[in-house]
This record gives sequence, C-alpha cells and structure tokens, in this order.
Amino acid sequence: MAVRRQNRLQPKLDAAEARLAATSLPEGGVWITEARNQALARLRTTGLPNARDEYWKYTRPDTLVQPEPVAAALYRPDEKTIFADLDRLHLTFVDGVLDVAASDPRALDGVEIQTLADAAAADIHWAREVYGVLEARGQDPVERPLAALNTAVATEGLAIRVTGKAARPIQLTYLQSAPDSDAMIHHVIRLEPGAELTVLENGPAAARLTQVIEVEVADGAAFHHIRAQGRTHERRAATHIFARLGRESAFKSFTLTANGALTRNDVVIEFTGDDALAHVAGAALGDGSDRTGFHHDDTIFITHDALNCESRQVFKKVLRNGATGVFQGKILVRKGAQKTDGYQISQALLLDGDSQFLAKPELEIYADDVACSHGSTSGAIDEDALFYLRSRGVPEGPATDLLILAFVAEAIDEIDDPAIAAALLERLESWLSRHRG
Amino acid sequence: MLEIKNLHVKLEEEDKQILKGVDLSVESGKVHAIMGPNGSGKSTLSYVLSGRGGYVVTDGSATLDGIDLLEMEPEARAAAGLFLAFQYPVEIPGVGNMTFLRTAVNAQRKARGEAEMSSTEFLKEVRAKAKTLKIDAEMLKRPVNVGFSGGEKKRNEILQMAMLEPKMCILDETDSGLDVDAMKLVADGVNALRDAGRAFLVITHYQRLLDHIRPDVVHIMASGRIVKTGGPELALEVENNGYADILAEEA
Ligand SMILES: Nc1ncnc2c1ncn2[C@@H]1O[C@H](COP(=O)(O)OP(=O)(O)OP(=O)(O)O)[C@@H](O)[C@H]1O
Ligand SMILES: [Mg+2]
Repeated sequence: MAVRRQNRLQPKLDAAEARLAATSLPEGGVWITEARNQALARLRTTGLPNARDEYWKYTRPDTLVQPEPVAAALYRPDEKTIFADLDRLHLTFVDGVLDVAASDPRALDGVEIQTLADAAAADIHWAREVYGVLEARGQDPVERPLAALNTAVATEGLAIRVTGKAARPIQLTYLQSAPDSDAMIHHVIRLEPGAELTVLENGPAAARLTQVIEVEVADGAAFHHIRAQGRTHERRAATHIFARLGRESAFKSFTLTANGALTRNDVVIEFTGDDALAHVAGAALGDGSDRTGFHHDDTIFITHDALNCESRQVFKKVLRNGATGVFQGKILVRKGAQKTDGYQISQALLLDGDSQFLAKPELEIYADDVACSHGSTSGAIDEDALFYLRSRGVPEGPATDLLILAFVAEAIDEIDDPAIAAALLERLESWLSRHRG
Repeated sequence: MLEIKNLHVKLEEEDKQILKGVDLSVESGKVHAIMGPNGSGKSTLSYVLSGRGGYVVTDGSATLDGIDLLEMEPEARAAAGLFLAFQYPVEIPGVGNMTFLRTAVNAQRKARGEAEMSSTEFLKEVRAKAKTLKIDAEMLKRPVNVGFSGGEKKRNEILQMAMLEPKMCILDETDSGLDVDAMKLVADGVNALRDAGRAFLVITHYQRLLDHIRPDVVHIMASGRIVKTGGPELALEVENNGYADILAEEA
C-alpha cells in the first residue's frame, strides 16, 4: 500500500521539483522567508497536481503545472479599460509585475497599500499573520499545491491593510505584454474590524497566471471582490482566493470570465465568526472553437464553523462550440455550526451538442439545525421562448442573446453596485454580439 | 390580405398529417373567426403561419399581401405585419416585459427601415396602452409572463399587439381564461385596432367574445380543414347545437 502511494506521489513530487528548478527562490526578510519555507515544505509533501487527483479529474492541470508556460498570443481590443468610468484607485501590473509609472499613487484614506516586496523586506510585518497562513489552512481537506507553490516563490503582489471604510475601490489591471509571460501574483489583504474595501481585478496578467489572494475579514468588516478575467483567448490561469471571515463580516466575490484556453478559479472560504455571510458568484462564457478551446473551472469550498452564517454560490456558464465548463462546489458544515444557511446553484447553458458541463456539487453536514440546498442543471436554449421572441420580430441572434442574458442574470444580480454590474453587463453583451451562432 | 390555399401540414417528428387542405382568405378590414372542435388544427394553423418549427408543409401556400409567408423566418413574418396572440403565452424568466416589448418594437422598425422609437416615446405609449388594458406598472416590470395569471397573460398579448400594430392579427383563444370584464377589455382593445388596413383571424370556442368583436365571417374547422363558412349566425348555431349537426352535414 505504502509503495503504491509512493508510486502515485512520485510523479507529482517530480513535477514540483521540475517547476522549482525553473524558478528562482526569492530573498526576503525573516518572516516571509519562514512563510516561504513552510510553503515549500507543503509543496514537497503534496507535489503538484495531476489528472489522478480527485479535484483535477475534469480539468487537466498539465499546462498549469509544467515548468514553462504555453505561449499565448496577445489580445488587445481597442476599447477602454473596464471600470475606467468609476472613481477608483488604479494600479497596473504588466506580465505580473507592478508598473509604478502606469499606476496611481498608492494613497487611499483608511487603506495602507504596500507592495509585497516592501512588506517582505521588513523583519516584522502584519502580513505574517495572513501570508501563507490562510493558504495553509485551505490545504485541508483538499490540497491546493499551486497555491503553496505561489506562496513559496511569489515576489509580486500587494499587502493591503484596511482600517476604515475605503471611499473608492482599488482596481488592479493585469496586462500581458509578452506572449510567453508567466506571472505569479500574491496579494494579502486584511480588513480590520468594521473596515470596508472593494477590489476590482481585470485583465489576463500573462500567458500563464498563478495567483493567490488571501483575505482576512475581521469582525464587522466587508470585502467585495469583482473580477473580469482577461479575454485573451489563449491565456491560462490558476487563481485562488482564501478568505477567513470573522463575526458579522461580509465577503462577496463575482467573476466574469469570457474566453481563455484554461481557467481554474479556486475559492476557499472559512467562517470562523458567527452571523457572517459569503456570496461567491460567477458567469463564464466560452467558445470552444477558439484555437486553444475554452475550459473553465470553478472550484469552491466553503466551510461553516460558526453559528448562523449564510453562504451562497451562484455560477452560470454559457458554452458553445465544444467549450467545457466545470463546477466543483462544496459546502462543509462542521459540528456545531447551527443555523447555517447554505445555498449553491450551478447551471450551464449549452448552445450546441458539442459543449459539456461537468459538475460536482457536494454537501457535507455535521450539524442538525441547518438549511442547505444545492442544484445543478445544464440545458439548451428554451425553443418555445426563442420562438415567442422571434414571433414578435426579434431576430434569432438578438433573441438568443436576450435569453442568454436572462440565464446569467441570477449571477449578475449578486453584484450590489449597479455601476459595476452595468460595466460587466456591457462586456457580456459585446462578447455575445461577437460570438453568434 | 391573408391567402391560404390547400395548406397541408404534417409533424416533423412523426408522420402525422394535421392540416389537410386548408383554404382561407381574409380580406383587409375584415374580422374572420375560426371555430372548431378540440384538436381540429386551429392552433397548428396559427403556428404554421407564424413560423414555428416542428411542422412540415407538404402542400399548398400561404401569402400575406401576396408575399409567400412560408419561406420567411418568424421575425420576418412579424416585421411584415403578422401577429399571433398565443393560446399559451410563453413565460421568459429573466427578460423584463418592458425590455422585451421595446426590443420587439424596435426590431420590427429596424427590419422595415424605420427609425427606432425613443425611450420616452416608447414609455409614454406603453403606459397609455397598458392603462386601457388595466395592466399595471408593476406587471410591466416583471419578467415576461412570469407569475402572470392566465387572464393577465392574455391581456399582455393584446398589449403587445397594440404596441406592434400589426396588419394581420391572429388571436388564438385569447378569450379563454378571461373573466367577463377582462373579455370586454380585450375586445375593446381589438375593436380599437379595427381598421380598413388591418384584418383579424379570431380563433375561439365561444360566442361570447364574438358578441363583443363582431366577426364578418365565421369558419368551422374540423380534422384539419375548413368545413363550413358562413356569417355570424354560424357561431350562434355552434353555441346552441354544438358541432354534431355541422359535421354530419359536411360528411
Ligand atoms: N407537436 C405535436 N406533437 C404531436 N401532436 C401534435 C403536435 N402538435 C399538434 N398535434 C396534434 O394535432 C392536432 C391539432 O392540434 P391543435 O393544437 O392545432 O388543435 P386545436 O384545434 O388548436 O385544438 P384546441 O381547440 O384544443 O386548442 C391535435 O390532435 C394535436 O394533438
Ligand atoms: Mg388550440
């Protein structure tokens, strides 16, 4: 038995060593060196994922794991940056590296924004209580080795500490400039009690992006996250959000994904204080006829370990021409986490017979006084509704678009801010008008 | 206006002939009614005319002002002035009634090469027309037909007709499910649209609607054919005696 395990593990360990050999291990202050070494140890215990891992059955990790990224042609549509009309603090990363010259000064009332490098250079820093800590907690019961890799080697990212209610959101735009870029970004965010912050992310970042965001949301604090994942057709990404939520805190995250050869978005949330809420939502649209295809995977793990917390997962996927959508979502209710309200819905609209949706919805409940529900469906456009619209004069293309927008509406409705929702909707509509039939 | 000749239609999925030679001619400015037993093919006729999939025309023709309807996409038929008030209006979750109406109005205008209706103009018109049909603002905001009662759905069909101002209006059992007052509202809505340049084909089982919308011609459909055509008195005959006599007479 032990030998067989070793045989299964060995290729994963080899993959980790191969990847590390192609990466330079960074220098830093005492605290971060310790955090990185611990992450390295985690990685050397689990190895990197392969197709035999339970949560990598539907998504091939090869291109995310291998030492060199697969090149991705640049995609530079002639249009304004999304959210450009919002009053926000704008920071730009190019190929995963903060471009200070192209960014706003990092000044925002109630918010300290440092580079990860600056935080890492300090011997003592608040970030030591978050960096690698939430990621490490998120390795159990399901390992996420790409996140451990990231913690071990990332040098780019931000350390954001929020002490008040931020008057403006922070927007992070990730540009890709080199076709073979390989970005490793790690943000640590801590919201002190009662603090509020919205972070907007957009852009592909690189041919390959490996990202970790760790968010500590203290009692009564609120964190909102909105992401418009880059529309570069050939990009690949493995992103992770690890959040720990305190009493009466709120966490909301929404991701719009249109295009991308391979996207794996992991969200790992842990409720540690009572009466908190977490809403995670996403809409993904993909066309498998792109040269590199379209494969999108949302893997969500929410652990309820406190009283009276509410979690929602709302994920919609619109797939055409052989695109693949994956949803793996789990609600784990620990013993004693009474009055938990957990909801999970994942739905795919398959615009043709070639596309596929693979779903693994899971509920694991060890408390008796909870209300949890989950549902997963995949279906085609409602022909009766389509005919009804056409019989009123709406041509087939726009009528189909209306029905697609109606399908994703439940996910979009999760966004509180109407201006942000409108910006995402505009993106969605323009994608639809470019991808008819 | 509407000219149907020897129309034969079968189902696409199975070898079942539904329409077996329908001949019907509706002139501009007129109201024709079609009555007939359940399953005789009335809705099928209305669907085939409006372009729903699932049917195969095996013979015959249907033209609107001389243009071949059967070759056109459903949206082109609508833009050409054909409208069907559905027997069972479809619910579309997630699409707001207003968005739907506006998209439809402007799509038809665009197809005809006309300018789009401005949003203020549109709002004004919808509100006025909704009011006469006693459709409140809240209903306009809801998703298309979702959570509407049977009667509300039928009134919503008439609102769409009033907004789209088609020239050939087919009403498939718009009266069923309506209470007495709502029937009056719907009939008033239809009568308000009666015009020398417009025609109606009203499918119904009951005389009551025809008391309000006085038809010029009444047809009886049975087993996929028009078996008898007459004046308004034919509807009264059906009301009083059912179909047995008429069908026996034709057999
Ligand atoms: N898609 C279908 N599959 C199978 N049978 C069908 C289909 N569509 C119509 N039919 C059959 O065709 C016949 C005519 O149906 P249709 O709905 O046109 O009747 P109708 O005259 O409108 O009846 P009603 O007065 O009950 O509304 C019926 O026997 C019906 O069962
Ligand atoms: Mg019928």
